[in-house]
Amino acid sequence: MTSQTQRRSSLRPLIMLAAGAALLGVAPTVQAQRDPAYQAAREAGQVGEQPDGYLGHVTPPTPEIRALVLDINIKRKDAYTRSAAANGSTVEQFAFTTGCNLIARTLPGEKYRSPDSRWLTRAAGLPERDSRCL
Amino acid sequence: MMRIKKEVQDPRWRQVAALGLMMAGLGGCVQIATPDKPIEINLNINIRQEVVFRLDGKAKELVEQNSEIF
Repeated sequence: MTSQTQRRSSLRPLIMLAAGAALLGVAPTVQAQRDPAYQAAREAGQVGEQPDGYLGHVTPPTPEIRALVLDINIKRKDAYTRSAAANGSTVEQFAFTTGCNLIARTLPGEKYRSPDSRWLTRAAGLPERDSRCL
Repeated sequence: MMRIKKEVQDPRWRQVAALGLMMAGLGGCVQIATPDKPIEINLNINIRQEVVFRLDGKAKELVEQNSEIF
């Protein structure tokens, strides 16, 4: 009983150190920061990236997924609006440029929308993007 | 004829009918109408490749710094 308590208390500084390192962002990974429900919806091909810089529904959404996509798109629009103002562009221009990047970095198996509005599955090769994308 | 009329006028029948209407009304309350508009993408935005070229680095930065929404 006593030794167990001692062992636990000796572990505490280590745990706190690990937590501190995590907070400082010692090893941040892009995918790890996504909401698990969002990550799952991406992997299941329920949501995908659109050329306009926003998420879209590939399949008819459940109320949960609809709310999740709406929330992310509102946050994206907020971010695009601030970046556009800082860089002297329109919100649509900044969103479009980001959309080019977001489609480019989709992983094989994930969904994205082609310039002519078809939902495609990302393969190993380059995705179909607007001719203005870099 | 007279007998049927009497049954309709019976207050108990009215109670049953009223209860039925209330139940139907309650059922209607639970239903949520979700508009299912088609998703439209407007790509006819005014953007030339030189604008994309100018903004590309900033867009990449934004995605890196806000990875939870991308």
